[in-house]
Amino acid sequence: MRKFLAVLHARNMEFLRDRSALVLNLAMPFLLVIGLAATFSGNNKELYKIGLVGGMEALTRVAPVLQATQHIKFVDYTDLKTAIDKVKHHQLDMLVDVSGTPKYWVNASSPNGYMLERIVWGTEGNLFQRQQVEGKEIRYVDWFLPGILGMNMMFSCLFGVGFVIVRYRKNGFLKRLKATPLGAFHFLFAQLISRLLLIMLITIVVYTGCNLFIEFNMQGSYWTLILVATLGSMCMISIGLLIAARTASEEFAGGILNAVTWPMMLLSGAWFSLEGTHNWVKQLAQIFPLTHMIDATRAIMSEGATLAQVMPQVWILSAMGAVFLLLGALVFKWE
Amino acid sequence: MTSIITAHKLAKHYPGVIAVDGIDLSIPQGICFGLLGPNGAGKTTTIEILEGIHLPTSGTVTYKGEPLGTRYREEVGIQFQHTALQEFLTVRETLELFERLYHHTVPIPELIELCSLADILNRDTRKLSGGQRQRLLLALALINDPDLIFLDEPTTGLDPQARRNFWDLVKLVKSRNKTIVLTTHYMEEAYALCDEIAIMDKGRIVSQGTPAQLLSQHFGDVVLQIPRVDSGSQLAGLGLKVVDAGDMLEISTSQLHQTLQRLMENGVNLDRLRIRAWTLEDLFINVTGKTLRP
Repeated sequence: MRKFLAVLHARNMEFLRDRSALVLNLAMPFLLVIGLAATFSGNNKELYKIGLVGGMEALTRVAPVLQATQHIKFVDYTDLKTAIDKVKHHQLDMLVDVSGTPKYWVNASSPNGYMLERIVWGTEGNLFQRQQVEGKEIRYVDWFLPGILGMNMMFSCLFGVGFVIVRYRKNGFLKRLKATPLGAFHFLFAQLISRLLLIMLITIVVYTGCNLFIEFNMQGSYWTLILVATLGSMCMISIGLLIAARTASEEFAGGILNAVTWPMMLLSGAWFSLEGTHNWVKQLAQIFPLTHMIDATRAIMSEGATLAQVMPQVWILSAMGAVFLLLGALVFKWE
Repeated sequence: MTSIITAHKLAKHYPGVIAVDGIDLSIPQGICFGLLGPNGAGKTTTIEILEGIHLPTSGTVTYKGEPLGTRYREEVGIQFQHTALQEFLTVRETLELFERLYHHTVPIPELIELCSLADILNRDTRKLSGGQRQRLLLALALINDPDLIFLDEPTTGLDPQARRNFWDLVKLVKSRNKTIVLTTHYMEEAYALCDEIAIMDKGRIVSQGTPAQLLSQHFGDVVLQIPRVDSGSQLAGLGLKVVDAGDMLEISTSQLHQTLQRLMENGVNLDRLRIRAWTLEDLFINVTGKTLRP
């Protein structure tokens, strides 16, 4: 424990005293959140998004004029409840069900829903039965906040740990530690905990700071949110440790880290929803820990999901983290 | 004298290279042992196997009669040739970090005094001069009060003052009955510090003993240096052991009086004659050759 605490303290001091890196770690997510909030704060989306239950073929048969109307995007759903929840949270402007008696759901407080309702009446008359739902709007900023924070955590965890260990190996510091009684697991665990503490601290500061200006929609428990963020961070730090377990080349490590981070950034739902993408893309996204962390975070913040409801993601992140850490410790070399 | 560390038939092979070729070594407790050799002779590989950093391809190393293990890590002190420290830490914090990695340690104030670190305790380790940095690295090597200390080229790159200051420090450590294994390229350093030396070349030990023993084995008592222009062709045929040393010709002899007499009788100009003792550097060149290594 004494050795672990010594290495943990030293690494924390190194990070906190590296002013330029610290400022960058703090400033980047602030700037991204505030910048994107300013850019997308208006309802300037050009497309109306309608959830569709029953399929496009049925819609073409039942309501061909609506189906042919431009600037409307139809997104297929099989689960009616999920789709209705999306309307409640303004993630869909309207939901249309053509699997039986034609119906539509609209949120009474959605301006886009109001416009679409007029389009439906104008094109199809009284064909559809009207269903109304209530629910607070999830602004774009509320939607992308978990993605931005998650992405910042991913970069900090992977590059912050991966590059540091490769640098230690390259400049001979790891060799110096190898000459002491310090074990590899103590060293790696100290790196993991150090980065975890710092990234959680930074994330809490960024969240709190941004919340002062933007007032995020937070429906669930902060404790559950912190648990998911902690497990997600541990999982990604473990990936960083695994990548840096042997190499002494910063170029090689950088290449591998980029190869891991870019697909995660694009496919985990950090920047855009995977709704409407191919099924194989959604399946592929499931291999990334960031996907599970962002899904759980959004569910907690936007839908008030409880710990029990995000348990699948909690288990997946725990298992992934344990496997990557174990692999990293097994293949780790001091030199 | 009891050996503190022993190597038996030590070998290390890399693809296409035999770095260490079956070395037997036994280092007595309480001495300063110098391991010398040209670049690529295998001395760093040998020392890193002795340190327990690398495993040998074959052969064994024992410390106090036991294979290297956890106890060895606790009881050995190492100063590597190239090393880095945790960045953004002060000298004091670096000492405290390493102090916490061992069970048995020397009190930090004692090390600070021993290695003259008092004036730089609160300085960032990245801002130390070469000499200050080497003193800190020595303090780190001594922090666990080791019985055996490895110093791998500790004064390379230091100015003459800092080097001599470091020698004094090593002598002080040695006076505390510590065993020191030193590698160096500086022959005067080996001569000043080492009780026993081994010269390595091509992965083998080619010569071993006390500096005085080795010099007397390989050379006469003194060397006479005569400028080439003064000697003319008179030296040929005198039956003396003459070595070409560039502008000078060197004559090795243990019978100074007789040699000088023969030179004078044969008309060799001795106005600019110089007489000096043989050094370890002469020995080093003698046993490893002058050819530049690839």
